[in-house]
Amino acid sequence: MCKDMTTKEHTLKTQEFTLNIGPQHPSTHGVFRLVLTLDGETITKAESVVGYLHRGIEKLAEARTYTQVITYTDRMDYLSAMLTNLGYVQTVEKLIEIKVPERAEYIRIIMAELQRMASHMVAIGSYVQDVGITGTSIFMYNLIDREKILDLFEMVSGSRLTYSYMRIGGVADDLPLEFIPALEKFLDEVPASIEQYWALSSKNEIFQSRLRGVGVISAEDAINYGFSGPNLRGSGVDYDLRKAEPYGIYDRFDFNVPVLENGDSLDRFLCRGAELEQSIKIIRQAIKDLPEGEVIAKMPKVIKPPKGEVYHQIESSRGILGYYIVSDGSSKPYRMHVRRPSFINLIPMDEMLVGLKLADAITVLGSIDIVLGEVDG
Amino acid sequence: MNNIFLTIADMLRSLFLGFGLSEYVVELVMAAIYASVVFALIGLLVLILVLAERKISGYIQLRPGPNRVGPHGIFQLIADMLKMLGKESITPAAVDKWPFVLAPILMFVPTMLLYAVIPFGEGMVAADLNLGVFYFIAIGSLTTLPLFMAGWSSSNKYSLIGGMRAVAQMVSYELPLIFSILGVIMIAGSMRMNDIVLAQSGMWFVILQPIAFLVFFISALAELNRAPFDLPEGETELTAGVFTEYTPMRFALFQMAEYGNVFIMSGLMVTLFLGGWQAPFGLTFIPSYIWFFAKVFMMIFVIMWVRWTFPRIRVDKLMDFGWKFLLPVSLVNIFVTGIGIYLFQNF
Repeated sequence: MCKDMTTKEHTLKTQEFTLNIGPQHPSTHGVFRLVLTLDGETITKAESVVGYLHRGIEKLAEARTYTQVITYTDRMDYLSAMLTNLGYVQTVEKLIEIKVPERAEYIRIIMAELQRMASHMVAIGSYVQDVGITGTSIFMYNLIDREKILDLFEMVSGSRLTYSYMRIGGVADDLPLEFIPALEKFLDEVPASIEQYWALSSKNEIFQSRLRGVGVISAEDAINYGFSGPNLRGSGVDYDLRKAEPYGIYDRFDFNVPVLENGDSLDRFLCRGAELEQSIKIIRQAIKDLPEGEVIAKMPKVIKPPKGEVYHQIESSRGILGYYIVSDGSSKPYRMHVRRPSFINLIPMDEMLVGLKLADAITVLGSIDIVLGEVDG
Repeated sequence: MNNIFLTIADMLRSLFLGFGLSEYVVELVMAAIYASVVFALIGLLVLILVLAERKISGYIQLRPGPNRVGPHGIFQLIADMLKMLGKESITPAAVDKWPFVLAPILMFVPTMLLYAVIPFGEGMVAADLNLGVFYFIAIGSLTTLPLFMAGWSSSNKYSLIGGMRAVAQMVSYELPLIFSILGVIMIAGSMRMNDIVLAQSGMWFVILQPIAFLVFFISALAELNRAPFDLPEGETELTAGVFTEYTPMRFALFQMAEYGNVFIMSGLMVTLFLGGWQAPFGLTFIPSYIWFFAKVFMMIFVIMWVRWTFPRIRVDKLMDFGWKFLLPVSLVNIFVTGIGIYLFQNF
């Protein structure tokens, strides 16, 4: 607005100012700081400052046994704890080269996909709330469904948020008897419920006009920056690790990978919604084929992997989650590094924000769907 | 039953005349009584509306809302008020003192003034002005300035952005608001509120002027700073926007002003478009003021419903919508109304 006036003959003196969307803010999804330089309402420069939640997990892992590290992985991406657990245990299993029993593999798939749904529900709900506080209604509806998922998780592992359910070689406990019936009841109820509130948000005119064309990232840029997950698939790149490099037993399941073309915030949002449906499909197939058997392989009490290094990645709900573990033969990892999707997805944001309005900064941040526990590690 | 308040007013007037006071003084005393009644009414209404908002928003979000303090949470607002009164009133050191302190008061006073011209029932108008509608619009636009004062004087960048947005938004939506009312005034032939209500005895104006009603509703939402137009207080972007630096008691005044505004703007909507205090379908055994309040609360429910359903508009799209869509539509409406009146009168 002011820029136009200065290009005319009568110069109106304007000034850019710095606005700090500080660590404490209702919609930065955690302790995240964004320093914006604004010209009126338009952003001219953006700088993200992270590290407010750094807890030194990678360093702490060096002083814990391999089984103890599982609890740390829960707390990194606390909204998709099952998936972070899964990535870690599969990495160690790759290093030790053991085979996980069939029943455990199917249980892992069920838990992973349920967790993906729960994580996307939070992402969708809190995103609508960011766009306008009045979206709290839709947030609440999402959380009602997520509560059912968390009840299922509590049945299996005893906790609602940080489960530490996966173990090296399988899962911690077998499914209780009431789990499968409760799961099937949930799967029958949830599609109708999702359809109800999905229409309210995705088809809303105001919502679409706020998000269409905002925060566009092209497919080429997305690949160069290392974007992953629904963010990448929203830009038109059909790359999902579950199909491209299947891990576990994902190659036995039949599901689609939603890919959208435009690369703006709305497409990233719609991609997450579409993935909910696919997860339901996978879970149904897993229940049908669930074999009997043991849930954990025969493992020694103290796990001492052979010397060496390994890297393994999985498709977490936020992107590609990778673990790199170096073992020196002892019971504790020599070095663990985590390729954290939220951190890598945050990198192009500083450039995406230039030229957008202040209100868009919040919506773009929400569309990338970060969890600060994972950004800072 | 219909005229109970009028009878009380007449009794009081004859009482004061009986004391031997001159007519002039009696009118002054009656005006003072009206003012205090209005003040009490606003207080009561805010009490009801805040609770209504929280309960309605709760039920829309599939949760019960406040239900601990008193049955169905009816004492919730009193609990909140007591809490607010007990808080320390901090004035940050860097604020511009006078605008900061005056802004809440200046926000509240025009709201009170507006209650003078709305007919709450048959013959129940505090001041039956010839230019009732004009007065309403004029005083109603005064609410822009205190928001800007609050934003500017707070010496806080969030507040400043909120204040700028407030001015842009409220000024832009004044025009569609006024133009949508012009259609109604043309049909009624007068700006006096009571005349407009009586002119709707045949058919409510919402049926004759549906587009004007919609334009008015949307512009009223923008004037009231209610979602989806609550940019000045964009909670998820600007923490509390214009109100960031205001500690409880002053913030409470702003909130009272906002809810008072919601009520009276709905009151205007009902008076101009929904038949005012008149009973639909000839059900006149229910007193006129009950009809008025019923209609107003129905409109308030719709306003709250809209708030908790739609997300917020971005500021440049807001300006686009107001200037490029609502304003032309309301102008076309005036044009069409004029042609309609001409045809109606000549055929």
